[in-house]
Amino acid sequence: MRSVESFPISARVLHWLMAAMILAMLFIGVFMAAAVGPAYHTLVDLHRPLGIAILLLALVRLANRFLFRAPTLPDTLPPALKLAARASHVALYALMIAQPLVGWGMLSAGAYPVTMWGGASLPPILPHDTALFATLRHLHSWLAFSLFAVVLAHLGAALLHGLVLRDDVFPSMTARRGGKK
Amino acid sequence: MLALIRKSLTGKGGALRLAAVVAAPAAVAAAFVATAGWLSPDRLTPATFMRDFHAVDGAHPGFRRNHAKGVCVSGWFDGSGAATPLSRAALFGKERSQVVGRFALAGGAPNQPDAPGKVRSMALQLIPTNGAEWRMGINDIPVFLVRNAADFSDFTLATAPVPGTGKPDPARMSAFLDKHPETKNALGLLKARALTSGFANDTYNSLDAFLFVNAEGVATPVRWAMVPEQTVEPPAAGEGGQDYLFDDLLKALAQGQLRWRLMVTVGEPGDPTADPTAAWPEQRRKIDAGTLTLTKAESEDGGPCTGITFDPLILPEGVAPSDDPIPAARSAVYSRSFTLRSGETKPPSEITPAAVRSGGQ
Repeated sequence: MRSVESFPISARVLHWLMAAMILAMLFIGVFMAAAVGPAYHTLVDLHRPLGIAILLLALVRLANRFLFRAPTLPDTLPPALKLAARASHVALYALMIAQPLVGWGMLSAGAYPVTMWGGASLPPILPHDTALFATLRHLHSWLAFSLFAVVLAHLGAALLHGLVLRDDVFPSMTARRGGKK
Repeated sequence: MLALIRKSLTGKGGALRLAAVVAAPAAVAAAFVATAGWLSPDRLTPATFMRDFHAVDGAHPGFRRNHAKGVCVSGWFDGSGAATPLSRAALFGKERSQVVGRFALAGGAPNQPDAPGKVRSMALQLIPTNGAEWRMGINDIPVFLVRNAADFSDFTLATAPVPGTGKPDPARMSAFLDKHPETKNALGLLKARALTSGFANDTYNSLDAFLFVNAEGVATPVRWAMVPEQTVEPPAAGEGGQDYLFDDLLKALAQGQLRWRLMVTVGEPGDPTADPTAAWPEQRRKIDAGTLTLTKAESEDGGPCTGITFDPLILPEGVAPSDDPIPAARSAVYSRSFTLRSGETKPPSEITPAAVRSGGQ
């Protein structure tokens, strides 16, 4: 038994909360984009505020990431994989922040109201421009597919650490700080 | 690391653990693909309707996929205050909202000739000074032709010209109507409707039911109509130029303002809200919710109605969807049409800026 260097509780709560929200958003998004049933409107109404919530949480998380040092990766990992791990986390942060901004910008460019809950709405962040709307609408899909691909790679890598390598990487996001392995 | 993997795999349950590493992301990916509908080509999606409109009217890049021939208008809406007991939407109070609108003919052909019996539509975006906007697309027919999105797709395809004859297959339409007596009935009501001479003296109906929600949170089912203040006249005999309906509208707006009353029909328990093919009883209470005043026409080319979509589910607080399935389908399909046309190069509209400048002369 030895102690595991894990992420602080704030990072772990943000990670698991946002994991659930982002997976939910990816599934809601891909479903509603191909839906014409009554669920369409309900899901669009959910998609907007949930996206803004993810944006806000991602910014909090980014600040948190700079405030606390992340546990170092084990030396058993080859440098190329360490680099890949680092790059994939940069990609995750970039996509978590870019995707809601593209969604918000896309609605702004299409002159759609950016309705939240309870009748509140956000101001546009881009000028009304339909060509820009079309570009951002397509970009929103492609960023979603990219985010989903990185999430899958992240899940696969986490399980490889947890089930096969059985090093300290997986417990660093599940175990209490200083907890026992 | 490879040594670690090898050691782990030769241990107890090693193969199973490696299988889990691969299977878990694969299962999530499979669920995603299924959710997206990529495994179900028959699923009704916005793309289905793009194909339907294409089958009927061909490709017209840059134009709305339906109600393609149109002209922009603008003006304002003065709420009367009479609807505020039913809806807390700011624009029903005694205040003025700015309006961008569009008159159009149903159908995907942007250059189709005007004709008295073609379905005319009015689309509106009402923007109050304080409060959320309201968009709608309303039509001069008494009831909608179908009950849901699937039936709309089947009905649209039944009107598509068949290769060879260039005309719709009558057998396909009669098969659809045999299965859908509600559409047969609606077509009867549509044919029997009193036609008017033009856009300006026509009545446009919401067809779909919505809910008005008041300050206490009480929801009331409603439908509504824009009823003209202009004198209603039957179509003049012998008319029928290529753009006569639009030219008459341009002439009327060049001469002065046009006005409509927003008449809200208040539904009662038992009135069908989920079925836009079924009319509500004539004696239902009607509320004069305000006056629409249109003052100006502009071509779609450069006009303010081109860059927006008249999504019927862009609703202010105080107006909500009912269990009518058509508005959600329209919202999804309009969004697809808007995305596609926004990324395309649009040829000039039939109603050009020059035609608007000449006042339809």
